[in-house]
Amino acid sequence: MTSNLTLIFNKGTKRSQHNFIPEMDIDKVDLLEIIPSFFQREDLPLPDIPEVEIVRHYTELSRRNYGIDSGIYPLGSCTMKYNPKINEVIARLPAFSQIHPLQEENQGALELMHHLSEMLREITGMDGFTFQPAAGAHGELTGILIMKKYFENKNLKKNKILVPDSAHGTNPSSAKMAGFSIIEVRSNDMGEVPLDHIEFAMQQGDVAGIMLTNPNTLGIFDRQIKDITNIIHKYGGLCYYDGANLNPMLGICRPKDMGFDIVHLNLHKTFSTPHGGGGPGSGPVGVTKELISYLPDPSIIATEQGFVCREKTNNSIGRIKCFWGNFGVIIRAYAYILALGAEGLKRVGQISVLNANYLRVFLKEKYHLPYDRICQHEFVLSDRGIENNVTTEDIAKRILDYGLYAPTIYFPLIVKGAMMIEPTETESKASLDNFIDVMNNIYNEAKTNPELLKNAPLNTPVKRLDAVLAARNPILKE
Amino acid sequence: MDLKFPADLKYAPTHEWVRMDGDMATVGISDYAQHKLGDIVYVELPAIGVVLEKGSVAGEIESVKAVSELFFPLTGEVIEINENIADNPAFVNSSPYGEGWIMKIKISNPDEIKNLLSVEIYQEMIEKEED
Repeated sequence: MTSNLTLIFNKGTKRSQHNFIPEMDIDKVDLLEIIPSFFQREDLPLPDIPEVEIVRHYTELSRRNYGIDSGIYPLGSCTMKYNPKINEVIARLPAFSQIHPLQEENQGALELMHHLSEMLREITGMDGFTFQPAAGAHGELTGILIMKKYFENKNLKKNKILVPDSAHGTNPSSAKMAGFSIIEVRSNDMGEVPLDHIEFAMQQGDVAGIMLTNPNTLGIFDRQIKDITNIIHKYGGLCYYDGANLNPMLGICRPKDMGFDIVHLNLHKTFSTPHGGGGPGSGPVGVTKELISYLPDPSIIATEQGFVCREKTNNSIGRIKCFWGNFGVIIRAYAYILALGAEGLKRVGQISVLNANYLRVFLKEKYHLPYDRICQHEFVLSDRGIENNVTTEDIAKRILDYGLYAPTIYFPLIVKGAMMIEPTETESKASLDNFIDVMNNIYNEAKTNPELLKNAPLNTPVKRLDAVLAARNPILKE
Repeated sequence: MDLKFPADLKYAPTHEWVRMDGDMATVGISDYAQHKLGDIVYVELPAIGVVLEKGSVAGEIESVKAVSELFFPLTGEVIEINENIADNPAFVNSSPYGEGWIMKIKISNPDEIKNLLSVEIYQEMIEKEED
């Protein structure tokens, strides 16, 4: 493969020819006359090259891309499932793609969101949802701001939040951003949250609650979840559910029934909308009855006259994104849920667990599995015992040479040299078997030819990058 | 692992080392800590004049793998910081007890020194951590 990585901006200007744009069939207007001079500029070197070169440029780039449409994408906690193409067809219907939130009639769009909200309520057990948050961490921030305002209204000084060390890294940062300080809770050797630590922390009186992912980033379902949420509630705290790992719970277990008060979902993960290339995502937040008035404004309510926007309430944390969030993503998630139905979603949960356990059982024959339990949607291996000082990074790079994508590496931090693997339900048995073969080959290569791994990847357009140099001397602009 | 732990230093359970000279303590991170972090790419140093209690966060150390906090091993005031490692964080890897020192603090509670770990106990602790 050639490694001609010339930017399109460096491919020339004023070279356009043979561009297949039809003749203009309306009267030509001189832009210089209708645009005020202070908005005009002449030094805008946009690329201006023949159409065929543009097409080849982007085709070449796309050939270097890897996505879920190319193969397995076992990036743990990211739920890189296949995104059905019917979702794209539906999101592109002109009645969705050509509307604007400020036009007079938007009943269809409001109805869709209202209906999706009802479906998410059924899936999670929560009582009300907002669709404004643009992605998961934005949803976390929204949820934690709700928590904050809730205690402010009660005149209670609660400035700390419990976050287990098996949580997603965004949890402590979201809480910190909302103005809380973090108490890290150490998981026990079963990968679960120790109840006595939580009880002790809550007794101090300044803890607002807990942020929890269940199953956690080890792929382990915390069996004492009801006890955990009960303890938090006993001291007047609130429980926040990070829904990034909701996939294996679909149709089987609901955050509300586990005792959670606030939850965010990642529509782009669990409900199959494209992500990984910058999304956009969507991180709806659901709450219990007691907290509905705290949701961002405006919210949609159904009346006899149709769907209307409820503006300001006194408790609301206010707007956190313009209009209705990433509506295109909301449509795709809606289409996905309708296509699968309740039984289909349950099947999603079951197969995601089955696929993860299938990989876990075969891979643990060679790789170290620090928390050796039946997992949910993902599990974590480590590089312990791999010969010749081959590390997780080397293994991950070598996976790329086999034309596959690597797992999440070095996270969670509680496992040294972690490889966090989430195959999702959309991988076939053949695809899983291929991944096992690749991992076993790499294990053998570490024994017999470690240099191969140290220098990997060899078969990609870009070889091993010097991450240290890039971090120490970043060149952010040419 | 061929890590070094000078016997004349005291160590904190959070992996800082301390070299005492009168009431001045020079602080850095241990060979074990730099090894576990991997290639360090950025050190956020405390400001001179900051007075903090033992166990407070003094700054952050960022490697390609992780971001880790640096703690005050003793209560005191920051008198000097190693500006060199702001530009060359690699010194913390290559010379954790020398060019890679991080800060000097004027301690205000000498009684705390006896709670720091000796080299033997520190080494025992990290051996346990490795298991």
